[in-house]
Amino acid sequence: MTGDRRSVVGWLLGGGFTASVASFAYPVLKFLMPPDVPEAAVNEVAAGKLQDIAPNAAKIVKFGSRPVLLIRVNETEFKAYSAICTHLNCTVQFQQDSHQIWCACHNGFYDLNGKVVSGPPPRPLEELTVHVRGQDVVITRHA
Amino acid sequence: MLTEQSLQTKAGWLEERLGLSSIRAFLAHKTVPVHSGTMWYYFGGITLFLFMIQASTGILLLLYYRPTPTEAYESVQFIMTRVQFGWLIRSIHSWAANLMILSAFIHMFSVALLHAYRRPRELTWLSGVALLGLLLGFGFSGYLLPWNTVSYFATKVGTDLAASVPAIGPALARFLRGGDDVGGATLTRFFGFHVVVLPAITAALLMLHLAQVQRHGISSPPKIEARWSGQGLAVPQMPFLPNFLLRELMAWYAALGLLGALAAFLPWELGEKADPFVSAPAGIRPEWYFLAPFYTLKLIPSHIWIFEGELVGFLGFGLLAVWWAGLPFWATSRQGELRSRLVTGAGVALMAYLAMFSILGYWR
Amino acid sequence: MNAPLARLLLLTGLAPLSLSAAGKDSCLDCHASLSGSLQEPVARFANDIHRQAGIGCATCHGGDNTSTDPKISMSPARGFTGKIARTKVPALCAKCHSDAGYMQKFKPQQRVDQFAQYQTSVHGKRLAAGDAAAANCVDCHSVHDIREVKNALSPVHPLRLPETCARCHASATHMAGYKLPVTQFEEYRTSVHWEALSKRRDLSAPSCASCHGNHGAKPPQATSVAAVCGTCHALQEDLYKKSPHQPVFSGMGVAGCVACHTNHGVQSPSEKMLAGDGAVCVQCHDAESAGGKVAAGMHGLIRGLESSVARSSAILLRARVAGMEVSDSLLRLQEAQEALVKARVAVHAFRTDAVGQPVKEGMKIAEQSFRDGQSAMQERDVRRAGLAVSLIAILITIAGLWLAIRRIEARRMEPQER
Repeated sequence: MTGDRRSVVGWLLGGGFTASVASFAYPVLKFLMPPDVPEAAVNEVAAGKLQDIAPNAAKIVKFGSRPVLLIRVNETEFKAYSAICTHLNCTVQFQQDSHQIWCACHNGFYDLNGKVVSGPPPRPLEELTVHVRGQDVVITRHA
Repeated sequence: MLTEQSLQTKAGWLEERLGLSSIRAFLAHKTVPVHSGTMWYYFGGITLFLFMIQASTGILLLLYYRPTPTEAYESVQFIMTRVQFGWLIRSIHSWAANLMILSAFIHMFSVALLHAYRRPRELTWLSGVALLGLLLGFGFSGYLLPWNTVSYFATKVGTDLAASVPAIGPALARFLRGGDDVGGATLTRFFGFHVVVLPAITAALLMLHLAQVQRHGISSPPKIEARWSGQGLAVPQMPFLPNFLLRELMAWYAALGLLGALAAFLPWELGEKADPFVSAPAGIRPEWYFLAPFYTLKLIPSHIWIFEGELVGFLGFGLLAVWWAGLPFWATSRQGELRSRLVTGAGVALMAYLAMFSILGYWR
Repeated sequence: MNAPLARLLLLTGLAPLSLSAAGKDSCLDCHASLSGSLQEPVARFANDIHRQAGIGCATCHGGDNTSTDPKISMSPARGFTGKIARTKVPALCAKCHSDAGYMQKFKPQQRVDQFAQYQTSVHGKRLAAGDAAAANCVDCHSVHDIREVKNALSPVHPLRLPETCARCHASATHMAGYKLPVTQFEEYRTSVHWEALSKRRDLSAPSCASCHGNHGAKPPQATSVAAVCGTCHALQEDLYKKSPHQPVFSGMGVAGCVACHTNHGVQSPSEKMLAGDGAVCVQCHDAESAGGKVAAGMHGLIRGLESSVARSSAILLRARVAGMEVSDSLLRLQEAQEALVKARVAVHAFRTDAVGQPVKEGMKIAEQSFRDGQSAMQERDVRRAGLAVSLIAILITIAGLWLAIRRIEARRMEPQER
């Protein structure tokens, strides 16, 4: 009788202990291995390869939580600005024919220096820095 | 294959080098009193257990956290969203911090009301009070690390209050903040305090505290002692190994379950990234364990007689802390008589003040 | 120092500069000691931009401001004209303000065509025809205390311009003779443009002069209304010009945008204008007609995207409340919101397929966000299941511990009982 009770208790204790330790160890071990994207992108974002964007063309890149307008002005020169219009926060776009940045919402225009040319926007667009590392285009922001 | 002989040899090998049998012998003799107040004896161990949880989850978080204003919030967000089970580790760390401080307060007040501070346990009491202060320091420094709106402004309020401490106030505030404002320098400092300085001091005091507990054993309340000695018997004891230890393990396991449930059902908020240029949201409060002194200071009028209100407030808190820390010394009269009713009254009054003002500070 | 001069100095508060650069000004000295309407201009003149430029009373009113003898200072021989007739005011202002060489001394960039524009306006033509009640320069710019337009106290500052126009245009008595409505100001005050101006302090928001012109004020022709609105709402104008409505409306002499949006009381538009209560399309189109079907089609598309975005937003917010991190998905949902904006703009092409395009893109994003929300809720359930598993293991261990304690203590009791 005692032997049976001993083994029941033993099984409960042993089994429960093992199971609970496993349920603690599993998350910890998973935690230790870094995820596929090893770090949070804060100040720097890879915006693609050189061949992804043609001269006199632009694309919108996600920078943290904000959209950024990356413009390839010519073969060698890049510009990057916050794509959030300073008037009412619509997303701006690049106009290839006039080489200007345009906001469709209320017809605001910015030049390629981000300065307001016409329309309602009250402030220039925030500029970000673009570096080309080999074939990669990288956008960074000063803190 | 493990045989009796080989085990003996292995144990003998360790014994020759580590001499662990003396510890086992000591533990075999350690006992815990059994009486109506025995349940309170668990809280010291629970506080210790939660501290160990904090240390382990803290080390895990260290693998991903970045202590700069540009990256702190994002790194915590990263932990919460991308790291496998990051949400679990982080929420456990935040919840266990609060439970640990609550448990420490319960432990302290139960020691006071069970009169376990009496000679020769004065150093245990003093180191314990200091440990509580260190835990509050952990709470204050750790709170800033996620760098969200609430933590930024709570730190601002806290360091501003530190500046109004008499005489050393401004210097103290500057030391804490690493400058004139709460900023990146503050974050660096608080991170250093939280991760190295406070753990080192705590480890040292903890060792003293635990060593004293082992040396003097667990005390029984004077009334219980008197009742048993009146019958010519000693207070009944239960062996530490295995009875009390098994019960402690039950309590620790229950605490683990509670932490997991809290992390799954009430995960800790991420909040919004701190923006120093935004005005403070209305109703900024410190964490609950600072609410009582915070609310008291709010109530004190700006001037009392010729003195500045805050000066009086801090003097009051300082005196209260010194008086409470000195409990073992004024609790026993010159004649050696224990003023147990005085101590019980003082303890209950202090608990009532803290509870009431914390609640008021929360609702107001 | 005599009392009136002291008062004047106190009033101007600039003792050393109280006199114009031209020297003493006897006009101000004397008139400061008078009362009522003869004294009022002196106090106001302290704030006038002409005074700051060193231009005094005599420049407009003539006379000699160096003499304190009224017979000399106000003598017609010295050019004194006294109070200037209303019909003569614009020409008088134009003597300087239309002189490019003169204005260049003060503000080289300042325009000098205001008078020319004014003469083309309704106000200018009526004034020239002898109607002294028509608006002239001082009616809008004030007199004696003229401030720059960018000064917030100027009656023609963007925030104050509507009430300045309304002084006449909202007065039934004033407008009675001209057979003009007086509801424009009240209507404008209910509009989104006024809300942008007054509440959001967006000085780029249009007020009366933005559409009607300021000096050359007159209402735009029906055929040019769309171009006027299109200075800001360029996309909508573009689409409208290519739409079937444009030739029809201009043939009917109906103003483009005004037909649906009204002119002064422009409200925040929504797809409610397309169908349902308060719809605008039904005012011309039968429900069964081709136009009516397009209206219903566009309405359905936009409503569909709206409800999809709302559904996704709801589930993401539920997931967030349950403690899941969904900020990335919520951000992506913003793009669906932008597609909704594009769809609403596309209405102005008045073709179902034009609206269908952005709606399709928006639906894709909204549906992806909804799936993100669903997987976030699933993840929450997985976490709770994991918790349950570990809680069970914990409870089993606790039960085992408790039984072990009981067993040990029962055994320890037995020897004593023996």
